[in-house]
Amino acid sequence: MTFAVKASDWALLSPEIFLSAAGLLLLAISVLIGKEREEFLGYLATLSVFVTGALVVFVALRPDRGMPILGGAFVVDNFALFFKALILLSLVLSILASVKFVGQAPYPGGEYYALLLFAGVGMLFMASGNNLISIYISLETMALASYVLAGYFKGEIKSTEAALKYFILGAFSSGVLLYGLSLVYGVTGTMGLPELAKKLAGAERSNLLMLGILLILAGLLFKIAAVPFHVWTPDVYEGSPTPVTAFFSVGPKVAAYAILARIYYVAFPKFHPDWGLIVALVSAATMILGNIAALLQTNVKRMLAYSSIANAGYALLGVLGFRTEWGLWGILIYLLAYTFMNFGAFTLVILLESRGYAGESVSDFNGLAQRNMPAAILMLIFLLSLAGLPPTAGFIGKYYLFAAAWKAGYVWLAVVAVAMSAVSLFYYFRIAAAMFFSEAAGAKVQSSYALTAVAAVCGLGTLLIGVLPQPFIAVLKSCVLSP
Amino acid sequence: MDFSNIPILSIVTYIPLVGALAVVFLIPKEKTGTIKAFATFVAVLDFVVSLPLWWAFDRGKDGYQFVEKAEWIPSLGVSYQFGIDGISLVLILLTTLMGVIAIVCSYTAISDRQKEYYVLLLLLQTFMIGTFCCLDLFLFYVFWEVMLVPMYFLIGVWGGQRRLYAAIKFFLYTLAGSVLMLLGIIALYFYNTSGFLGYKGLGNPATFSIEKLTAVAQQMPPELQVWLFFAFFLGFAIKVPMFPFHTWLPDAHTEAPTAGSVILAAILLKMGTYGFVRFSLPMFPEAVRDRRVIAVMVALAIIGIVYGAMVTLVQKDMKRLIAYSSVSHLGFVMLGVFALNMSGMQGGILQMINHGISTGALFLLVGILYERRHTRMISEYGGLAKQMPVYATYFMIMVLSSMGLPLLNGFIGEFTILQGAFAKNFWWAFFAATGIVLGAAYLLWLYQRLFFGEITNPANAKLPDLTLREQLTLLPLVILALWIGLYPGPIFRVIRRPSEKIVQIVGGATAEAPALAEKTAAPGASGGGVAARP
Repeated sequence: MTFAVKASDWALLSPEIFLSAAGLLLLAISVLIGKEREEFLGYLATLSVFVTGALVVFVALRPDRGMPILGGAFVVDNFALFFKALILLSLVLSILASVKFVGQAPYPGGEYYALLLFAGVGMLFMASGNNLISIYISLETMALASYVLAGYFKGEIKSTEAALKYFILGAFSSGVLLYGLSLVYGVTGTMGLPELAKKLAGAERSNLLMLGILLILAGLLFKIAAVPFHVWTPDVYEGSPTPVTAFFSVGPKVAAYAILARIYYVAFPKFHPDWGLIVALVSAATMILGNIAALLQTNVKRMLAYSSIANAGYALLGVLGFRTEWGLWGILIYLLAYTFMNFGAFTLVILLESRGYAGESVSDFNGLAQRNMPAAILMLIFLLSLAGLPPTAGFIGKYYLFAAAWKAGYVWLAVVAVAMSAVSLFYYFRIAAAMFFSEAAGAKVQSSYALTAVAAVCGLGTLLIGVLPQPFIAVLKSCVLSP
Repeated sequence: MDFSNIPILSIVTYIPLVGALAVVFLIPKEKTGTIKAFATFVAVLDFVVSLPLWWAFDRGKDGYQFVEKAEWIPSLGVSYQFGIDGISLVLILLTTLMGVIAIVCSYTAISDRQKEYYVLLLLLQTFMIGTFCCLDLFLFYVFWEVMLVPMYFLIGVWGGQRRLYAAIKFFLYTLAGSVLMLLGIIALYFYNTSGFLGYKGLGNPATFSIEKLTAVAQQMPPELQVWLFFAFFLGFAIKVPMFPFHTWLPDAHTEAPTAGSVILAAILLKMGTYGFVRFSLPMFPEAVRDRRVIAVMVALAIIGIVYGAMVTLVQKDMKRLIAYSSVSHLGFVMLGVFALNMSGMQGGILQMINHGISTGALFLLVGILYERRHTRMISEYGGLAKQMPVYATYFMIMVLSSMGLPLLNGFIGEFTILQGAFAKNFWWAFFAATGIVLGAAYLLWLYQRLFFGEITNPANAKLPDLTLREQLTLLPLVILALWIGLYPGPIFRVIRRPSEKIVQIVGGATAEAPALAEKTAAPGASGGGVAARP
């Protein structure tokens, strides 16, 4: 494959290029800066994400943005732009939520922020990946940075364990994914998603091709932590530093959904009926197991890990709904809502970390209403949203997803989804009960400016999408893929 | 009065919300006196503002009145739409009145975290009124769900010993029911627009307007109607609560603080019956006419009446006793509604109000006693009539009202319901009537154990009688009970049009039924004129 690099390619890739350079620069600067002034690095990283955001806006305003880049390896369409915005949002929230945490940790902060930025670069590429190979490489860029981030507390056994588990299982799943990609390539002889769609439009279904499609699916289901590929999640989430966990639960998942949607929506639309039932079963299993397992947790991070597994199950309803426009709408709006509400919930966990590293239990929230009322109310909003109650973002997102499942004809799955959604209230509201019904256990809770800002942004987003969803929906509807 | 230029329903709905925000941001939590006074002021203001609706409401007009409409989520076809008919009108007035009573009855009963308490009561008020005002199904669902949150906290923070269990049970039960309703709503939405499964959609523009969707739902094939009827059924039946979905109710009622029980009994349970009347019946007439569906509904209603009453008989805890009596009374409402004739429908709707008044008052009375003695066990009391004569009198009136003694409100409701049931099937009325007998038994027995005989427990020897404030919370309810008992005409006139329409849709209408209900339902009344008041 040969192609010429056009000038416009550089312009369209400017966010990724800038963010990579910023990460490298950050690493260099961190050598010069003492441990006590590491906060500065955090703010520098924040600034670079904002600049990247500005560049994304610049790209969005270019008339040539829909053109294939680097010979069709990437494409920056509205869909990609939406995910880039969402990824940058989760990135900036992660960085701000980390500032205090990293400052107190006995490990160098420069590499932490740099790794976050590198993971961000990988995710930005994932959002616009338009070719099986470029998608795979972007995914690995993100994944490698994530493995290291999980083990950032290298002196802690749990953190090291998390990193190792994540790495081994992640490498295995990447292998599965790559195997699937190679099978698809072997059958079709092409890597570009639009070309694949063209080739497959007239193709017969063959066992080899089906196997390839399924293996790709399995690899991606691992990344979004769907049952039965979920076992790594609770351990990794519990063991990783909490801001990293917050990041894992949002950023990489969002990016993985971007490629899942793009591959299956653009390249394999013809075979929707073939993998539909499998996705339906996976989705049902994910919702049921995620929610039931979450019921049994006392550690908040593990509970939120299982909750994020359950949420992956809901989002799969949107994948099922790809045959109608409801599926993509559902995924987009749900991921937007999920970013705000899930990150918000983790922010409160970070705020309340009382027993140092990874000792977060539901009782940490005891009496939060008396210790810090605004924090308790914010957490309540996140919990309501996660449970899918109106008037919050989670409700609007779930409405679209349930509608997508219904429209796609999976009525039984919609019933499972709503039933599990009701079950989820039970564990979410254990936290609410602890906050409002228990006597205050700890001192008054003081928040830092950065954490307050993160929680406030998440709370505002969660409520705004819930109460006035129209502008968000209007934007999202212009961001869907065209098959 | 002309409200055509004023969004009166929104004003009534959001006054408590604004009041709650004002308390949150303007009044420090130490100033409990100010908080109480202000919360009371807000609730009274809301009641006063809602009162003119009674006179401005045109009883002769079909359809919804005071309609407000605005865009909300045009992408989904969701609009912000408010409007009321006679049924919602009486329920809204009951809600605004109960809001005042709930706040006033809490002055001394609630001593900790008062600011949060009154804020939650006011919020709950907004959500309840909003639910009754909605003309958009999506908006209705939002209010319906969000209402659970303040009630959850009211039970969980200020409740009795098993409050945590009761609070989450209440929340989970009602939520589990309503999420299925959400699927029903989605199905309706798709049926109206692009279709789903094998059903070809009507291709209309997306909408959640209750009026439009009602018309659409009526055209659905019968089997789909039955499915959707049961999707909605669960949400409403749990809220009512119908047997066998009632088990959350005794716990929630018993553990909730007095005001919580009052609101639960008087308003929240009515959401379920209101849902049946507003949605299930007019939307799915084919399903409602289906013999099997009727059989199930009536059987559950009658089991609720008889079983509820029998369980009530053996209760030792006053609050639990009244809670179970609600199961029985709400069974009457459901029986009336599913008799599908004019008497049954009107009686059912009136009985919703009656139950709110009588049971609300009984919970108030029990709360007053609990505040003095901190026990709800009936065996702890006895001979109170000598020590608290005024209290005993109020209690007597409400017991009689609840058991359906003529001249009081309960009689009118139950009689009209039985009349409707009788017109359909002798045995329905027969079994339901046993519920009345049992009702008299458990209520009079309760009264006897509490008030008659000698004071055996020394702790009861020096109980103070009602204070002026306590009497003020009870007096409006007594007046209403007497008014409805003596002269129910005005209420029947308000609910007649919407009832007629529903009965007509479900196809069980008989021409003479409304007149019959008017005449016979007002035994002591000085004539129940038919003409609408000017």
